[in-house]
Amino acid sequence: MKILVCISNVPDTTTKITFTPDNKQFNTAGVQFVINPYDEYALTRAIELKEAQGGSVTVINVGEADADANIRKALAIGADDAIRVNAKPTDALFVAQQIAHYAQAENYDLILMGKESVDYNGFQVHGMVAEILGLPAITPAIKLEVAGNTATLEREIEGGKEIINIALPLIASCQQPMSEPRIPNMRGIMTARTKPLKVVEPITAQAGTVYESYSLPEKKSGVKMIDPANAGDLIRLLRNEAKVL
Amino acid sequence: MAVLVLIECADNQVKKSSLEAASYASQVATALSTSVMGVAIGNISPDALAPLGQQGISKVFYNNEERVKNFVPAAYTKVIAQAVEAAGAQVVILSNSSIGAAVGARLAVRLNASLATNVVTLPDLAGSAFKVRRGVFSGKAFADVNLTADLKIIAIQKNAFEITEQEGTAEVTALPISFSETDVTGTPTETIRATGKILLTEADKVVSGGRGMRGPENWHLIEDLANALGAATACSKPVADVGWRPHHEHVGQTGITISPNLYIACGISGAIQHLAGVNSSKVIVVINKDPEAPFFKAADYGIVGDVAEVLPKLTEAAKALNQ
Repeated sequence: MKILVCISNVPDTTTKITFTPDNKQFNTAGVQFVINPYDEYALTRAIELKEAQGGSVTVINVGEADADANIRKALAIGADDAIRVNAKPTDALFVAQQIAHYAQAENYDLILMGKESVDYNGFQVHGMVAEILGLPAITPAIKLEVAGNTATLEREIEGGKEIINIALPLIASCQQPMSEPRIPNMRGIMTARTKPLKVVEPITAQAGTVYESYSLPEKKSGVKMIDPANAGDLIRLLRNEAKVL
Repeated sequence: MAVLVLIECADNQVKKSSLEAASYASQVATALSTSVMGVAIGNISPDALAPLGQQGISKVFYNNEERVKNFVPAAYTKVIAQAVEAAGAQVVILSNSSIGAAVGARLAVRLNASLATNVVTLPDLAGSAFKVRRGVFSGKAFADVNLTADLKIIAIQKNAFEITEQEGTAEVTALPISFSETDVTGTPTETIRATGKILLTEADKVVSGGRGMRGPENWHLIEDLANALGAATACSKPVADVGWRPHHEHVGQTGITISPNLYIACGISGAIQHLAGVNSSKVIVVINKDPEAPFFKAADYGIVGDVAEVLPKLTEAAKALNQ
């Protein structure tokens, strides 16, 4: 089974978000970057499938050289080789076109990625790649099993799930409880150094959106504390003051 | 020219999130001095669609063929693309749901459109721009995005916009489509739904528990309060990770992002990843025995106390309110 996993390089989930003084860009100073957590669920599931059934796992990232450390981490976790499309990922459509262009020639059985990235939260790239390549996309998938040429997936919907049986090839976007992410071991880290990481130049592609400026949510005006002995007062305040009951 | 809104349907009913989307679409149409039309897909009868006139919709195209009774992204995309053409739509409004977001991406590619998901404002049309604000960094920030293509697709955040009502009846027209086998590849063979529960993603009130609940055996305290308030229940990531509650109840940065009117956090300290998933809630209540819990800084109301003592009092007061 030939699997492509798309990974995004994102700020660690504990990051306090700030912007440049003109509010035009995310301030990366002092920020630790990680593999997008949802993409890690996809990566781990891909590696589990490879371990059980054979095949290969390639990771692809659309990004600049600062993503290489996390691409190496994906190799250390167990991917076989990696591609980095050397470009600033301006928007989902741009990224999707790069991934689709690379994947087109490779005939992957599965293309996996997270349901969204924790920085831009678009929930778009999987659907766009699927549309460009003419493949089905199951998003968001919480379970993926493969037997021969057929996959069985569970797709999360509001208040439940759907069961889908479908022939390969396909695209799935992942979220928990898809898999339990792994921490790379020493052997993985050593072998990752010599695994191939190919850098390719982007194709010409159009973005569909322009990010103009950023802002932070308004701060709360302050918390009103209620005596635990009279906890019931809270309910009356929620009705009469906050007017949410 | 028109604004087209996707009407999601289940069990012959229009979903609440689609009523929000229709109301939003009407406001966009007013700003653009044009009309708003709908496209309804799935298990729905034409009779159930005419009342969408109350949200300002003049005409609804519908397709309720057997093949789209369940959601299949490619088939839905085909129906919406055809409706875009029939309506002469310039703007398409979706709800940021498991359906809306999935078809939005496909539509954007198929129709060369600009797409913004997770949108929280009406478009700013100053100059020749078409700018919307969307949630980014998992609820920790907002970005103002300009949609540059001729056709613009917007998926709005749930609970971010009020449902508006006016007098009116929508004209309802069938939109027959010939589906190919590829269009319906991936049709679900089975749908499993939790019954009798309020949907977390659509709930306007949510009661949520963290490790401070001390164990799954205390979860009835959360459920009792939720029942008394008519609220959905949720949990923090550590609670889902240790298996006290299923993963689909986990709200936070790597779980579900919600924006209810009222969020009551019980025994949750308020790690930045959790706050990210809930900080667009309108009113936040924090109950924690640790007065230093960081969540109090993000709260509107707080109670320092043990959940085992505080929650039953709240449940009792909520029940009294209902009587």
